[in-house]
Amino acid sequence: MTDIRYLSPSTLDEAVSAFAAAGSAARILAGGTDLLVQMRAGSVRPGLIVDIKKISEMTAIEETADGGFRVGAAVPGAVLAEHPRFGKVWPGVLEAVNLIGSTQVQGRASAGGNLCNSSPAADSVPAMIAAGAIVTVAGPNGRREMPVEAVPAGPGRTHLKPGEILVSFTLPPRPPGSGDAYLRMIPRTEMDIAVVGCGVSLTLKGGVCTTARVGLGAVAPTVLLVEAAAKALVGSKLDDAALSAAASACSAACRPIDDKRGTIAYRTKIAGVLLKRTAAIAAQRAGGN
Amino acid sequence: MNVITNNKWIGQRTIRPDGVDKVTGRAAFAADTTMPGMIWGKILRSPHPHARIKSIDTSKALALPGVKAVVTARDIVDFPVDKSVMLGIQDMRWMCRNVMAREKALFPGHPVAAVAATTEAIAAKACELIEVDYEVLPWAIEIDDALKADAPILHEFNKFEGKPSNIAGKLEVKKGDIAQGFKEAEVVIERTFTTRPVHQGYIEPHACLISVAADNKTTIWSSSQGQFMVRAMTSYLTGIPQSDIRAIPAEIGGGFGGKTIVYLEPLATLLAKKSGRPVKMVMTREEVMRATGPTSGSKSTVKIGAKKDGTIVAAQGTFYLQAGALPGSPIRGAVGCSFSPYDIPNVLSVGYDVLSNRSKVAAYRAPGAPIGAFAVECVMDELASALKMDPLELRLKNAARQGTKAAHGPVFPRIGYVETLEAAKAHPHYAAPLGKLQGRGVASGFWFNAGGESSAQVNITEDGNVVVTTGHPDIGGSRAAIANVCAELLGIDYRRVSVLIGDTATVGFSNLTGGSRVLFASAMVVTQSTEKVITTLRERAAKIWEIDPEAVKWENGAAHPASPNAGQFEPLTLAELAAKAPQMGGPIGAGVQLNTEGAEGGFGTHICDVEVDVELGIVRVIRYTAVQDVGRAVHPGYVEGQMQGGVAQGIGWALNEEYIYNRDGKVDNPGFLDYRMPVCSDLPMLDTVMVQVPNPKHPQGVKGVGEVPLVPVMAAVANAVHNALGKRFYSLPMSPPKVLATLEAEG
Ligand SMILES: Cc1cc2nc3c(=O)[nH]c(=O)nc-3n(C[C@H](O)[C@H](O)[C@H](O)COP(=O)(O)OP(=O)(O)OC[C@H]3O[C@@H](n4cnc5c(N)ncnc54)[C@H](O)[C@@H]3O)c2cc1C
Repeated sequence: MTDIRYLSPSTLDEAVSAFAAAGSAARILAGGTDLLVQMRAGSVRPGLIVDIKKISEMTAIEETADGGFRVGAAVPGAVLAEHPRFGKVWPGVLEAVNLIGSTQVQGRASAGGNLCNSSPAADSVPAMIAAGAIVTVAGPNGRREMPVEAVPAGPGRTHLKPGEILVSFTLPPRPPGSGDAYLRMIPRTEMDIAVVGCGVSLTLKGGVCTTARVGLGAVAPTVLLVEAAAKALVGSKLDDAALSAAASACSAACRPIDDKRGTIAYRTKIAGVLLKRTAAIAAQRAGGN
Repeated sequence: MNVITNNKWIGQRTIRPDGVDKVTGRAAFAADTTMPGMIWGKILRSPHPHARIKSIDTSKALALPGVKAVVTARDIVDFPVDKSVMLGIQDMRWMCRNVMAREKALFPGHPVAAVAATTEAIAAKACELIEVDYEVLPWAIEIDDALKADAPILHEFNKFEGKPSNIAGKLEVKKGDIAQGFKEAEVVIERTFTTRPVHQGYIEPHACLISVAADNKTTIWSSSQGQFMVRAMTSYLTGIPQSDIRAIPAEIGGGFGGKTIVYLEPLATLLAKKSGRPVKMVMTREEVMRATGPTSGSKSTVKIGAKKDGTIVAAQGTFYLQAGALPGSPIRGAVGCSFSPYDIPNVLSVGYDVLSNRSKVAAYRAPGAPIGAFAVECVMDELASALKMDPLELRLKNAARQGTKAAHGPVFPRIGYVETLEAAKAHPHYAAPLGKLQGRGVASGFWFNAGGESSAQVNITEDGNVVVTTGHPDIGGSRAAIANVCAELLGIDYRRVSVLIGDTATVGFSNLTGGSRVLFASAMVVTQSTEKVITTLRERAAKIWEIDPEAVKWENGAAHPASPNAGQFEPLTLAELAAKAPQMGGPIGAGVQLNTEGAEGGFGTHICDVEVDVELGIVRVIRYTAVQDVGRAVHPGYVEGQMQGGVAQGIGWALNEEYIYNRDGKVDNPGFLDYRMPVCSDLPMLDTVMVQVPNPKHPQGVKGVGEVPLVPVMAAVANAVHNALGKRFYSLPMSPPKVLATLEAEG
C-alpha cells in the first residue's frame, strides 16, 4: 500500500541524479520483465522507478568507427534481432539475447536488464563475456567502463555503485575468421531457465584458433569467464584433445549448487559437453572448419 | 470396425458454440465476475508441514481498517471423524478439514484462517496480523517415510490393523488362485516402480464470487467441474440448505479432475455472510500448486507370470498411493484398471491409501489408472522381451475381449481393445525405421468410464430454433457434440441449436463433469428430450392435418405424411410448427432426467518414439501415435483433442513434472517455471487413430474418451527409452539429471 513514484526522464543526467538522490529504494526500469515480476511477487518494493527507455542513448544500436558495435542497455531483444548487421557479426550474442523468454518477453527484455538483474543463469551474459563486451556505466561521479564479467557480484547483486546506471555494451571489431555461439541446457525446449549456459567466441587462422573466450553461466554465484578453457583452445585446431581439455577446464571451473534446476554432478558434467558443442558452432561460423 | 457414415451432423467437425467467445476474450471465467460492493477474500496458510494449532488470535486483523470479516475452522460445520458422510467420492469429514485446518495444520499451504477486506492488499495485510500459535510436529512426505515404524502419525484416530497408522485404506480385487497361477508360470517378471505426484496443471486458478443476502439466499459464481457439487459441498460446510444456494458455473479454464472439489466456495460464502458484502476470491498460482490436489505419488510392485508361448497365467500388483494429508487416494483406479486389458485367469491386485504431509490429492484424468498402467505395461514390455515376442503380439495373445471377466468384476460386452492393438500393428508408425539413439515403445491402458445423473431441457424457440440446457460444465467440447446430436435428430442445421450449461436453479441435478461421463450421459438425456419434442411436433402436424399422429413422420426438419395413404400435405417445418404453437397446444419443449447406465470402459494403445541425447540426458519424444476405441466420435475434432491432451500430459508426467521439496518440507517449485509441464515445442505432432466400436448401450454409441488417453503414456515413453538405450527407468520423471546419472552409473 506504499506509493511508488515513476519517472521517465529523457536524458541520462536527469536519470542519474533522480536515481542517485532516491538511494536504495529506487529501481531502474528497462523492459521490466524481471522488475515487474519481482514487484508482483512482493520481493522488491521500490519507492521510485526510473524508466530509462526514453533516453535515446539507452535504446540505440550504433556501429562504432573501428567496426565494433555499441548497444544501448535498454535495447529490447526483438529490436536487436531486426538490426541488419548485428546478428551477422555477433550471431552468438544475438541468439543468447533472443533466447530470453518468449516473443512477448522479447518485445521488452534487454541485455542491460539481464546483466543488472544478476542472475547466474542469465542467458545473454555468457555470450557477452565471450564476446569481450565492455560496459559503460554512468553515475554521480561521471562515466566509467568495465568488462561485462566485472558487473555481477552474486545472485541479484552487482558491482555498480549507488546511483550508477548501465548505459551500453561495446563490442569490439571482429577480425576475419571469427565466430561466436551460445548454447544452454534446459530440460524443455523453451520458456525455461538455463541449467548451464555456455558462450564461446573465437578466431581461426588457417584452421588454428588464434583467440578464444569462454563464458559459463549457472554454475557459480556469477557468470564466469573461463580463461583456462580459452587457453586450451588457443593454438589448437580445435581437435578432440583440445576440446576435451577445454571441456575439463569448464567442469573444473564449476562451483554450482544442488537445486531444483539441477544437481552439482549434472551441472559440472554438462558444462563440458556444452563447451564442446558451442565451440563447434562458433568454429563453423568462423568459417574455419 | 463399425463406422457409421450416413449421418449429417454426428461425426462432423462443427464449430464449437463457445469458440468465438474464447478466441475473442469475451468468455466469462470466474475471475472475470464483479459485483457492486464486492470485497476481497484471502487465505492465511500454514507455513508448516505438520503442526498442532494451539490458538488463533484474529483480533489485530479484525481491528485493521477495511477488514470486514474473518473466518476460522470454528465457522465451518464440523463433521466428527467417526462418522462418514459421503458426497460422490469425497467424505465430508475430510473436506471440512481440508478447506480449513481444524485440530492440526497438515501441510504447508493448509488454510488456517480467511479474511475479507475492501482491497486485496488490506486482506493480505490482515492475514499477516493473525497470530497462530503452532506446536510444530515431525512430518513425513514420502511414502517410505510415512510407512516407517516410527513415522509421525497424521491422524491418531486412523487405525490400520488395530494400530494408529498412516495407511488410511486398503482395496483388494481377486480372481482365481494367485499362488497356483504363479506355479504354472514358466517366466515371471517382478519389478518395483515409483512415480511422483503431478498436478493437473489447469491454466485457470480456482476463483469464485459469492453473494449472501440477509435471508441467506446465496449466489455462487465459480469455476468448477460441477455446479451441483459446489452447491452440495458449500451447503454441507456452511449449513445453508441447498435450496437457498444457487451455483452458477462460469466458463472453465481447465480442470482435468482438479476442480471436482471445493477449496474457496465455503470460505467465501462464510465471509460474505459475516460481512454482508459479496466476496471474491482468486488463488495465485503458488496457492494452486501448494494447496490444491495433485494426483498421488506412488510406489508399485507388479509381478506377471506367463507360459513360454506367451499365455499369461498370473498377475499380481501392490500399489501404494499418496492420499496427501487426508484419506482418499485413487487406489480404485490403480487396483481396478491396471490388468483390465488382459484376460488373466489369476489376479491379485491390492492398493493402499497412504497419508502424508502434502496437500490432499484430487482427481486427475483416470485417477490412479496411469500409475498402475506405468508399472504393468513396463513389466509387459520386459515380459515380451524375455519371451522374445513382439510386445503388441503378447498383448494380442492375452487381450480382453467380449466375454472376458475383468478382475474388478464386470464381464466385458463388445469392446474394442483388440481393434486398437491391430490398428497399432498395422500403422506405418510401428514399422518406420529408427535412427541412432532412438527407440520405440508401446503400451495399453483402460479406464472404467462413468454414467450417472444427468438432466437436460430442450426447448423450441418461437422462431423455430432450439435451446438445449444441460447441467455438466463443458471442459472438453461437449456443447459442440450435443449440438451435433440434437441437430441430427431434428434434421436441422447445427447452428440452429444453442447449447448452454444451466445453473443449479435452472436445470435438474446433473453429476459433475468427471469419469468421462459428460457426453455419454448428456447425449442420452438430450436424445430422449429431443425425441419427446419430435413426438410433440408430429402431434401438432397431425392436429393441423387432422390425421393420426402415427401417420406423421419427422424428416429433414419437417413433418411429412408417413405414406401416401396418410393423405397429401405440404411438409410443415420446425419454424412453421413453432409459429403455430400458441394456437396448437402451447410451448414446445421437453426435459428428461436420468441416472444413466451402460457407460462401458475404454481402451487405448499407444506407440511412442524417443530420441535420447546421452550427453545431456535429455529424452525427446519425436513421434507419437495414440490409438483408442472411442465408441463413436460424435465430434471427431474434440475426441482427437482429448487424445492429444492426454498424451501431452502423460509426456510431462513421464519426463519432467514433479514436486520438489526443500528441507523444511515445503514445495520448492510452486509455479510453471520450475514445475515443468511440456510446452508446445517440446512435443511432436501427436497423431491419433480413432477406432470406432460403438457402445451398444448408448443411442449414438458413445463411450467416454477423455481419460483413457493419459493411461498408457508413461509406460509407452519408458518402454521407448528402454528400446533406445537398453536401460530401463523404474522411477519417474525421466528428467535429464536422473537419466544422465543412470547412464553414468551403469557405464
Ligand atoms: C516469461 C519470462 C521468461 C524469461 N526467460 C528468460 C530466459 O530464458 N533467460 C533469461 O536470462 N532471462 C529470462 N527472463 C528474465 C528477464 O526477462 C531477463 O533477465 C531480461 O533480460 C531482463 O531485462 P529487462 O529489460 O526486462 O529488465 P528489467 O526487469 O527492467 O530490469 C532487471 C533488473 O535490472 C535493473 N536494471 C535494468 N536496466 C538497468 C540499467 N541500465 N542500469 C542499472 N540497472 C538496471 C532493474 O532495476 C532490475 O533490477 C524471463 C522472464 C520472464 C518474465
